[in-house]
Amino acid sequence: MDALFLSRLQFAITTVYHFLFVPVTLGLSIFVALLETWYINSGSYEERIKLKKLVKFFGTIFLINFAMGVVTGIVQEFHFGMNWSEYSRFMGDIFGAPLALEALTAFFIESTFIGVWIFGWDKLSEKMHCLCIWLVAFGSNLSAFWILVANSFMQHPVGYEIENGRAVMTNFFELLTNPYVLGEYFHSFFAGITTAGFLVITVCAWKIVTDEISREMFIRTLRRAVLYTLLGVFGVMGSGHLHAQYLAKANPMKLAAFEALWETENPAPFAIYADVNQEMRRNDSEILIPYMFTFMVHNSFEGEIKGINNLQKEYMETYGPGNYIPDVKGMFWSFRAMVGIGGLLLFVTFVMGMAVFFFEEKLKYCCFLKLMPLLLPLPFIANSVGWYIAEAGRQPWIVVGLQKTVEAVSSNLTSGEVWLTLIGFTAVYLFLAVLAVFTAVSFIRRTKISEEE
Amino acid sequence: MDLNIIWFILITVLFTGFFILEGFDYGVGMLLFNRPLNERNQLIRSIGPHWDANEVWMITAGGASFAAFPHFYASMFSTFYIALFLMLLALIMRGVAFELRGKFNSSDWKTFWDGAIIFGSFVPALLWGVATANLLRGLPIDSEMHYLGGFFDLLSPYTILAGVFFVLLFAFHGITFLMMKISDERILLDLRRKSSFAGIATWVAYLLFIIASVFETDVMSKTVGVIIFAAALGVLSSGWQFARAGRQKSAFTCTTVTIAMTTVGLFVALFPRLMVSSLTPEWSLTIYNSASTPHTLTIMTVAAVIFVPIVLAYQFWTYKTFKERISPSNSDAH
Repeated sequence: MDALFLSRLQFAITTVYHFLFVPVTLGLSIFVALLETWYINSGSYEERIKLKKLVKFFGTIFLINFAMGVVTGIVQEFHFGMNWSEYSRFMGDIFGAPLALEALTAFFIESTFIGVWIFGWDKLSEKMHCLCIWLVAFGSNLSAFWILVANSFMQHPVGYEIENGRAVMTNFFELLTNPYVLGEYFHSFFAGITTAGFLVITVCAWKIVTDEISREMFIRTLRRAVLYTLLGVFGVMGSGHLHAQYLAKANPMKLAAFEALWETENPAPFAIYADVNQEMRRNDSEILIPYMFTFMVHNSFEGEIKGINNLQKEYMETYGPGNYIPDVKGMFWSFRAMVGIGGLLLFVTFVMGMAVFFFEEKLKYCCFLKLMPLLLPLPFIANSVGWYIAEAGRQPWIVVGLQKTVEAVSSNLTSGEVWLTLIGFTAVYLFLAVLAVFTAVSFIRRTKISEEE
Repeated sequence: MDLNIIWFILITVLFTGFFILEGFDYGVGMLLFNRPLNERNQLIRSIGPHWDANEVWMITAGGASFAAFPHFYASMFSTFYIALFLMLLALIMRGVAFELRGKFNSSDWKTFWDGAIIFGSFVPALLWGVATANLLRGLPIDSEMHYLGGFFDLLSPYTILAGVFFVLLFAFHGITFLMMKISDERILLDLRRKSSFAGIATWVAYLLFIIASVFETDVMSKTVGVIIFAAALGVLSSGWQFARAGRQKSAFTCTTVTIAMTTVGLFVALFPRLMVSSLTPEWSLTIYNSASTPHTLTIMTVAAVIFVPIVLAYQFWTYKTFKERISPSNSDAH
């Protein structure tokens, strides 16, 4: 295996690992900020004790997750230069700016105010302290914006021209207003709300059935978490739907690939199941709903959607000979997993909502709530396959239409070096994941939320 | 003055900020070594609110290098591939350690993570020294800005000396920082004793580094550089005297100024180059052949002019908020 393949693998592992924590940071920072706002506006003395404990409880879960996100984020930033230095040379004029702005405008806010928040309970006024966590939430979500500006360029380049074999920025404003950013940003933002919300639901459900002392507060938190998650799920579905419609114009190959539509059709059917044959460039068998794909994209039963084989022909004419088809099978099933999980999360959250709003008294007898942690991997899987669709869907390009992934890898690396780092990073990631989860779980088990000081 | 020079100055500023701020928290991290748990808790508490923001100075310096001088970023990070891998492992362990160590009330658990902090502070300090010396001394870089060597070509007596010098300088800087932040008399006494040794060791390492640089690099071809390094050596020795006399603030100011002058001196010696090619001087990366376009540099300049002062303002505020000395009793709380 060569340095290119290993570098791709290493980047994939790091990105997926990093993005286990990022959505929780995005969503949980806001949730903790909301809890603290509730706390500082609350009335009675007992109530305040309990709410402060609650803020610190979810704050601690947030911090464990945050630390994991931060340290893997540094790896991400270094990777571009370490493994993808030809990409960095080619794209630096465009890609470096949002990255530097992310550090300058977002990371500093996040890292500074999280420190103040952790240690500032007795040093700041309540309002100032609460403002700190809001600033952390703002910084986190702003950093997502910057990195998605950078990623959106790779998916759909705008405001650039090619000069001496390098892509150079001609209009920074166009980069920021790239319509692709909207889809990616809101989809990620709401995915963050959903993931964090579902995490809170899981923790609450588990505490309600296992921890009598803390039950009352977790029932009250669960109500809020259900509403928060529902907001996230609807947001993620809406933004995802609009983004897919937009892909028909901006990146038709990606759209056709995750629906395994090989030939241009009007109206195009939606495949529930497809036995994708990448080699022969067709589906060996499929189960179709006629009109459905066209309807989803065009909001009407009339409208053409370009197929993979037709797009391949077009790209050969534009970019010269080559294979421009991404991993159709992987994308087809990733998309179905993502959407399926979205639906499942909506269902589970809805049921939890019914239970907590209408059958609150019976919740403590619902032993099956103990099984909720088994469902917790779902949003994380959805996030990972979602990024698989986004990133695998632009292959063989690293920057669509401008640079191929093969041309982007650092030329000085040997496969031995990349093997070493790949194994090293992966081992450390696994080791830390185990410790972090262990720490979080045992913290959740032993921490009680009651009015006793 | 053109945009390229402005950005060279800004990168220097960012690295200076990074070495000053993260310098003392690397130092504090290394000073955990061979200390009882209760003392380690106090040391960690002193940098608790700050280390993460300090680390962002490095990330910003990296990001700004990417934006302003992409070829420099690309060549530097791919050249130091294995070195950066080691540094990343160290930083990963360190960052997680600060967060997880307090989550169990077990001394074994804490000792394990404190080991990670020691390792995670020592390795980056050492490697930044090695890396900086390599930039200055020159590396086999071809006409396409590609590094032709491997990891072990980065290690030579000179570059390792530079690494040791960085480690000592940051450790001493950490000592002077702690002298301002700690209230526990036992630790203070120990720090003062250590400072007298660390000050001399740092001073000697610095002198050796300068002498070696004369032979290994062209640092001394610029008079300004020579003056800066000589002055830094002078400031460092005052820092040593202040530390011995127990004048903590003056001592910390001196180590801060020493680090600032050293960083500036190194960049002045490099100017207008960013990475020296040992094969042919013309193949060196400079602020012109590795830069972004004027459009990007202009945008980044505007952003830096607006945001760097804001960042400095709120970071300054955090140091004011946590200016009190650490009390030995509640240092474990968070």
